[in-house]
Amino acid sequence: MAATLETIETLEQATGKYKYGFVTDIESDKAPKGLNEDIIRFISAKKDEPEWMLEWRLKAFAVWQKMDSPDWAKLDIPPIDYQDAYYYAAPKTSDGPASLDEVDPELLRTYEKLGIPISEQKLLAGVVAVDAVFDSVSVATTFRDELAKAGVIFCPISEAIREYPELIKTYMGSVVPVADNYFSALNAAVFTDGSFVYIPKGVRCPMELSTYFRINEQNTGQFERTLIIAEDSSYVSYLEGCTAPQRDENQLHAAVVELVAMQDAEIKYSTVQNWYPGDENGKGGIYNFVTKRGACRGDRSKISWTQVETGSAITWKYPSCILQGKDSVGEFYSVALTNNFQQADTGTKMIHIGEGSRSTIISKGISAGRSQNCYRGLVRIQPGAENARNFTQCDSLLVGDRCGAHTVPYIVSRNPSAKIEHEATTSRISEDQLFYCLQRGISEEDAVSLIVNGFCKEVMKELPMEFAVEAQKLIGISLEGSVG
Amino acid sequence: MTPLLEIKDLHASVGDTPILKGINLTINHGEIHAIMGPNGSGKSTMSYVLSGRDGYEVTGGDVLMNGQSILEMEADERARAGMFLAFQYPVELPGVAGMSFLRAAVNARRLDKGEDEIDQLEFVKMVRAKAKDLSIDDEMLKRAVNVGFSGGEKKRYEILQMALLEPQLAVLDETDSGLDVDALKIVSEGVNMLRDANRSMLVITHYQRLLNHIVPDYVHILANGKIRRSGGKELALEVEESGYAGIDDAA
Repeated sequence: MAATLETIETLEQATGKYKYGFVTDIESDKAPKGLNEDIIRFISAKKDEPEWMLEWRLKAFAVWQKMDSPDWAKLDIPPIDYQDAYYYAAPKTSDGPASLDEVDPELLRTYEKLGIPISEQKLLAGVVAVDAVFDSVSVATTFRDELAKAGVIFCPISEAIREYPELIKTYMGSVVPVADNYFSALNAAVFTDGSFVYIPKGVRCPMELSTYFRINEQNTGQFERTLIIAEDSSYVSYLEGCTAPQRDENQLHAAVVELVAMQDAEIKYSTVQNWYPGDENGKGGIYNFVTKRGACRGDRSKISWTQVETGSAITWKYPSCILQGKDSVGEFYSVALTNNFQQADTGTKMIHIGEGSRSTIISKGISAGRSQNCYRGLVRIQPGAENARNFTQCDSLLVGDRCGAHTVPYIVSRNPSAKIEHEATTSRISEDQLFYCLQRGISEEDAVSLIVNGFCKEVMKELPMEFAVEAQKLIGISLEGSVG
Repeated sequence: MTPLLEIKDLHASVGDTPILKGINLTINHGEIHAIMGPNGSGKSTMSYVLSGRDGYEVTGGDVLMNGQSILEMEADERARAGMFLAFQYPVELPGVAGMSFLRAAVNARRLDKGEDEIDQLEFVKMVRAKAKDLSIDDEMLKRAVNVGFSGGEKKRYEILQMALLEPQLAVLDETDSGLDVDALKIVSEGVNMLRDANRSMLVITHYQRLLNHIVPDYVHILANGKIRRSGGKELALEVEESGYAGIDDAA
């Protein structure tokens, strides 16, 4: 109660009065609908944030209000009423189904196909909170102990804002500035949580870090914000997401991920995104507007993005690398699969600034049903990027005859010594290939899954092993109903 | 005993063009039948109609396997029921690891029979043993299905699949095409090792030379969509000498 009173006081000091009747609601776990300065103050107060963070959010909000939603992507985005959404809701397990019996059987069928154990199914379906699954204190302690021994910081970003303000002030917004784009500004104003990772100089992170194991956080929320800093000669591999479709009532997601790699450091960031794509008639589904960017600040630093995107009704996402360091390396490996009425506009930006910087882009787009799948990528060589190199390969695979595949590469070279290669193919699963598999007794669905996984192989092999196996099954499941 | 395969007055079209015009053929368990015929006689169409490929429409007659009609069955169901087609032109599957493909095929059959999926180690051992007989090395097994294989390698790979899937009926569609003498020998030896009282084969070929290696019990001459003559293995030699000319009239 004392804490609540304190929060009210903080709010009173900050806002003077509550236009939206917050006083009575302060104990509630939900802010009222709508987006305004008061809501932002409420979020900041709920998160127990320092004043400078609130200022930062408010500035971002002011910037966002002056911006327009981008319309250059090949996406048909229905108008979004930002005042008709909730921006803060504390995680409550009681909101979820009481047991797996109450969960959509379709969801359970998918879990089963992915081979997910019951305990994890409960977590994913929202029956229990994450810490109830990993409730064994020893697991958590061993995990934290091991990281602490190595000097690695891995915690929710809200905790980092309180505990490591200097790091946050230095790096947050340094790769994706608040005003970078409409959705990054929105995220900066209202982000509720996300991960913070700091790898000290010379440390090779002793385990793969996964949002899955960030046990003290129950709900990453719709406006996730992640910051990863790898100091000189350090290494970290970070896994985001999960192959299983997660129960999620938020329609709009706008995440921001920032990576900073110093001299000789390497960050490997892998994502499997499988949010609700909407039904087979295109009803419902998540809108996913993500800004992911990494800065290779130091010489010989390396950032590698690997993504398998099969979910969401709309995906707008371009994980990018700013290759500042001499001989720095950027990589982007992507599988984007769309089915039914899904739309994806995804790709990358490789900005070559440092001398001898190199980048590789391997993009595999699969369209099925009536979906539209677009690769959009920029390779920019700045004047100082002597001997920069890029290799891009964009392959599209069409399943059926009502879907679309589009490739939009932008290439800007301002240094004549640069070497840029771009290869692109578009193909269909041939009737010959299907019949060959069928004749061996393999069902049509399994055959399509085999052929599509073969098509994605170069990207799949970049995923950490245990992730790759699930991702392969996921590809098959996401294509269900696309043939026959 | 019920014959393994009975083809009764089979008519089939591709688009609006009738290709098979009343085929009658009975294959008993353990028999090897050869179908010979000039180009365009309907040999490949017959292999596709039997295996259930889309686009090959049966317009009359019936095909029974072990006494039951298979015409309503999908291609994959027929395959799991024991029908195997060795392709004239095996298809490349880029990125699809050979071992995964072979295992998917073997498991599809096992699951259909209510058996468990095959143990990974046991499977690898089995494939290696059978591959050795066909001079297929580990390196080739690691590659994507048929990608970058020479003509001979592709045909050996077909026979390897046949050995793994142990079909009741194997249809070999022009398995000799594109093979030099040495490759033909390896492939034929592979096929002969699979001869067995419970396995029948339908060997489709344009030339007699394959039948020197895979010796058939019966030879049928297919021309213009019908079997015009049937006989023993000596019929193949006769065709080799006098050609297909005049066969039509002999019907």
